Amino acid sequence: MSALTNEYIKNKLTEKFGDQVTGFEEPYGMLTFESPKEANLKVLNFLYDDDTLKFRFLTDLTAVHYPNNTGKELAVVYHLHNIEDNVRIRFKVFTAINKPDVYTATGLFSSANWMERETYDFYGINFVGHPNLKRILNVDEMDYFPMRKEFPLEDQTRIDKDDEMFGRGGTVGFGTEKTTHGTITEEHKGNVGEEIV
Amino acid sequence: MSEHHIKLPEGSIEKTTTTLNLGPTHPATHGVMQNILELDGERIVSTEQTIGYIHRAFEKIAERRPLYQITPLTDRLNYCSSPINNMGWHLTCEKLLGVQTPKRVDYLRIIIMELARISDHLICNSIVGVDSGAYTGFLYVMQYRELIYEIYEEVCGSRLTTNIGRIGGFERNFNDIAFQKLEKFLNEYPRVLKEFENLFTRNRIFMERTIGAGAISGERALNYGFTGPNLRAAGVDYDVRVHSPYSSYEDFQFDIPVGTTGDCYDRFLVRNQEMWQSLSIIEQAYRKVQEFKGAEAEIYHADVPEYYLPEKKDVYTKMEALIWHFKIIMGEIDMPAGEVYHSVEGANGELGFYMISDGGRAPYRLHFRRPCFIYYQAYEELTKGAMLSDAIIVMSSLNLIAGEMDA
Repeated sequence: MSALTNEYIKNKLTEKFGDQVTGFEEPYGMLTFESPKEANLKVLNFLYDDDTLKFRFLTDLTAVHYPNNTGKELAVVYHLHNIEDNVRIRFKVFTAINKPDVYTATGLFSSANWMERETYDFYGINFVGHPNLKRILNVDEMDYFPMRKEFPLEDQTRIDKDDEMFGRGGTVGFGTEKTTHGTITEEHKGNVGEEIV
Repeated sequence: MSEHHIKLPEGSIEKTTTTLNLGPTHPATHGVMQNILELDGERIVSTEQTIGYIHRAFEKIAERRPLYQITPLTDRLNYCSSPINNMGWHLTCEKLLGVQTPKRVDYLRIIIMELARISDHLICNSIVGVDSGAYTGFLYVMQYRELIYEIYEEVCGSRLTTNIGRIGGFERNFNDIAFQKLEKFLNEYPRVLKEFENLFTRNRIFMERTIGAGAISGERALNYGFTGPNLRAAGVDYDVRVHSPYSSYEDFQFDIPVGTTGDCYDRFLVRNQEMWQSLSIIEQAYRKVQEFKGAEAEIYHADVPEYYLPEKKDVYTKMEALIWHFKIIMGEIDMPAGEVYHSVEGANGELGFYMISDGGRAPYRLHFRRPCFIYYQAYEELTKGAMLSDAIIVMSSLNLIAGEMDA
């Protein structure tokens, strides 16, 4: 349909940035590549301004946590779209978790504002230069970043929780008819934490 | 000064503007979200939106769930058109797993998705009417949304949060009642939509309330990440159904209505026109579905036993179905490792799913691109300098759904 092929974009990028852009892949047809985090704005600007590339629509911005990827634990993922030629690309920058500073894309895309706030909220990426970097979906008092992998979901088999409204523990039933389903009675206390067979 | 002196916040005496809290549970917000408006008389100086009141951490929950258990989570994004979310999710999974769906499944899906689009636009447009003082339209069209919900009910058993379909197709074939109701809808709805348009489109009061309110240029709209009817009202003809067709949309003839000014009135007109287009797509799809005869008319899912959850009656009577059922439920089927982005044209914009699989049972990472989360940030720019009453109508004409915003 269009002349703008993945191969062309790749050549354009390597011509401009040399070995700064790496990791070219095409999972399910979408060109994916990465660059050092210091170069993210340069790459985004180039993709935006170039007369043939014209990636001027930020579809999505999010992060991924790879705890075993030492020194590059967090990835910020940009999905860019050239609406005219209808080509999408995916661009990633990696950052260390103890210094998660990445330049903000808000100067280029107004839409990045909330997307970066969301990414900060859940992964703690510090978008340098963001006009209003504060939590957006979670409460302001929260002092951790919940989407990071070190926060596991609740164990579905736990029985030590008194959660009456959801049918676990407490007193459920009418009048005097009471059940103790899910609560810990004295004789079961020793079983807490053991696997339920 | 006595010790009972009331401490006023600093600067509050000199302040010449009024602060007004709109929400989080105000009837005008149509959802749980808060707007703090700074007003000079009745003019809006600035706004600050607070969202997240119904955040349910779907992305986190999804990291432990097998694919088929994530479908009910997607219901609760834009709950005015859950089937589109469900289908979008199934299509994402199918892309990752490499599942090819038969044409009949695609057409049935299109019927359901377009019905969902009509019901969503119907709500949005009639709510714009309510917020500008015309309640009649809203009450009148509700019975046709009800008819759409009855069709869902025949297909999947539920109405609002539908959990419709499965990876590879539908959980059962459409029954005769579903088709009868669809025919009833196709026969009666055009007259109703015409009447609804008569009520609003050239209504002077409605026009004066909506023309020029919340206008945005195409360029700004793109920069703000607008998609869907809101972007098209600003004059950009971007539609995922045409740009990256999914579920055989390329087999259909339809137009993409666009506006020019991007104000509330244009958004209203674009949505109305889209309903006519959806109606035409449903008619085309229904005709195509009727062309399947004999054994072909019995196809309602792809032949992918390793991902398609078998029908319950087969599980009880057939050995193979029982084995697959067990394997899928017990999580013995791993998905291929990969990274996939798939988007569908949701009722209020491009609904995208970004999934990373590490080859396990559940996604390693799942991110929803929720259109109204992204375009709601333009609200301040849209309402700056406008009147308080415009702020309300802009909110409803943007079609903000709290469930989608907060995920």
